[in-house]
Amino acid sequence: MTPLLDVQDLKVHFPLANGSTVHAVDGVSFQVNEGDSFGIVGESGSGKSTTAQALMRLVDPVAGSITLDKHDLGRLEGEALRSLRHMLQMVFQDPYSSLNPWLRAGQAVREPLDLMGLGPARGRDKRVDEMFRAVGLHPDAKRLFPHQFSGGQRQRLCIARAMVTEPRLIVCDEPVSALDVAIQAQILNLLKKLQAEKHLTYVFISHDLAVVQHLCTHVAVMYLGEFVETAPTQELFANAKHPYTWSLMAAALSPDDTTPSTERFTVTGEPPSPINPPKGCRFAGRCPFATDTCRAEKPPVKTFAEGHKVACHYAGELTPPLPELAAHAA
Amino acid sequence: MDPVLEITDLKVGVDTGRQVQSVLDGVSLKLTPGKTLGVVGESGCGKSMTALSTMGLLPDRFAVSGGSINLMGEDLLAAKPARMRELRGNAISMIFQEPMTALNPVLTVERQIAEVVELHQGKTGAEAREIALEMLRAVQIPSPEDRLAAYPHELSGGMRQRVMIAIALACRPKVIIADEPTTALDVTVQAQIFRLLRELQEQTETAIMLITHDLGAVAEMADEVAVLYAGKCVESGPVREILSNPSHPYTRGLMACTPRLRLGAAAASAAEEGLGEIPGMVPPLGRFPKACRFAPRCALADARCHAEAPPLVPAGPDHSALCWHTDKMEQVA
Repeated sequence: MTPLLDVQDLKVHFPLANGSTVHAVDGVSFQVNEGDSFGIVGESGSGKSTTAQALMRLVDPVAGSITLDKHDLGRLEGEALRSLRHMLQMVFQDPYSSLNPWLRAGQAVREPLDLMGLGPARGRDKRVDEMFRAVGLHPDAKRLFPHQFSGGQRQRLCIARAMVTEPRLIVCDEPVSALDVAIQAQILNLLKKLQAEKHLTYVFISHDLAVVQHLCTHVAVMYLGEFVETAPTQELFANAKHPYTWSLMAAALSPDDTTPSTERFTVTGEPPSPINPPKGCRFAGRCPFATDTCRAEKPPVKTFAEGHKVACHYAGELTPPLPELAAHAA
Repeated sequence: MDPVLEITDLKVGVDTGRQVQSVLDGVSLKLTPGKTLGVVGESGCGKSMTALSTMGLLPDRFAVSGGSINLMGEDLLAAKPARMRELRGNAISMIFQEPMTALNPVLTVERQIAEVVELHQGKTGAEAREIALEMLRAVQIPSPEDRLAAYPHELSGGMRQRVMIAIALACRPKVIIADEPTTALDVTVQAQIFRLLRELQEQTETAIMLITHDLGAVAEMADEVAVLYAGKCVESGPVREILSNPSHPYTRGLMACTPRLRLGAAAASAAEEGLGEIPGMVPPLGRFPKACRFAPRCALADARCHAEAPPLVPAGPDHSALCWHTDKMEQVA
């Protein structure tokens, strides 16, 4: 099966005024099959949002290729790129700043159809009504302005606007992190339902491992511009092998977990600057397992069962410091 | 142990010009030395308003209309503005959600910490500088001597939040109110900040009011929990009680909404796990239902819930819930 989205060795660099370069995304490769949802997890500054923006061509890659359904998305320009826009859409983190405050909700959702000339003009209002119902809003709400909606409803509007063009791929950049937990659950369930109904494909950016486990079929863990671990969701959460992934898992807080944090695995410090990323393994400075090899040499990507890829010198040799993972590995 | 801060039946209203709308309606909380109280609820439930009432920092047009706030025997609601200024940052201090906006961008880290001890403890010059340095060490900022001269924009989010904690702790307050202190931070940094707060609390016996919408953070940090909904405290009790035996449909709903990480062998069944939902949203101010405020979103609500305000019912040791149906909780999520 040919993947719907094929990203090869993508690099996005930003030059700074002083001549140095921010290595925001530094060589990531992944494939997403139709109907899957590919989660990219990482902390701020890891490059996950830049990856999302590069997929949308909101920023231009300096190297690598992005292929969407045989189209070379990374190199298309102008009209050729615009003619593909209906195939890929985006849902942003902040549903307020991503809606035009002067446009009524109905116009906002209809606008992509008008701009791309999709479908007969007379059918568009009907299509907008359908989208409102699909995301759980009443079509009467079309005449309201964004400020008259709550945060969760605004995110529903953004989802309706993204879906109205019947895209093949939707890039969701932290779509629930600005929302309260109860509203977050509503939006996650909506995204899941729409995906099942419309056979959609998602690239889902998040800092929250639990959310990604809930929604995604595949997960990549990103650190300082690189993927450190990639696997199908179940495999990743059952057999995580990278110390950075472990640190994210150990730091996730659960209402059911009574283990005091002092007894849990933690890493110290914060990610180094992407302007001068460390020479060897980029996580070595914070990794409790790091050796001189890690600090000197870039780790190879090792492949395990089920396409589980880990960029660590000692992948598969370390005992996970999390009891659930250690018990499963034993 | 005697509570260090006791809020009793607090009522706060906002004057819209036409009428006074209820914001908090009879909230009662207790903070004990060395313990953490988690105050939980969605946006618009009154968590931050409870904190701001305590600090005497309510925004314009918001006013306390009843109840009492007692800090070590002193009624804060009767305190004059000058007295509140003496107490704020000294006996009771606050850590805000967004360290970038809460710190002064044109003052160095040293100045912002030293200012507090100069103002409240009469320390000056070298002495104040020494305390600033000591505080930076206490919050585990690497190379603290160099950081004294830094401005907030030169620090990462985690470091800024550490500076805020250093300022809040500089006068060894009896009470710290932490309003979503880690929401703006990454998870690994959040873990570090929580660990730091716990360690400092053990040394200083400070009582912490942790305001959060994250039940995971509550499980990690809190000893006691109060769940707020639409200006009312709907459930309160010891943290283990609340999390293992939630007795209000709202608390149960919040638990069901929280996605859980399933690791190791448990990962295999994670895909089948659904995520619970609380339908609808918190009603806006002025539109709180008359009887049970949660009734329009509640699966258990019947005619009585819409007609009569629910009673406060005991649900376990030191544990109570504001609900007509505490005996039917197993029917919810």
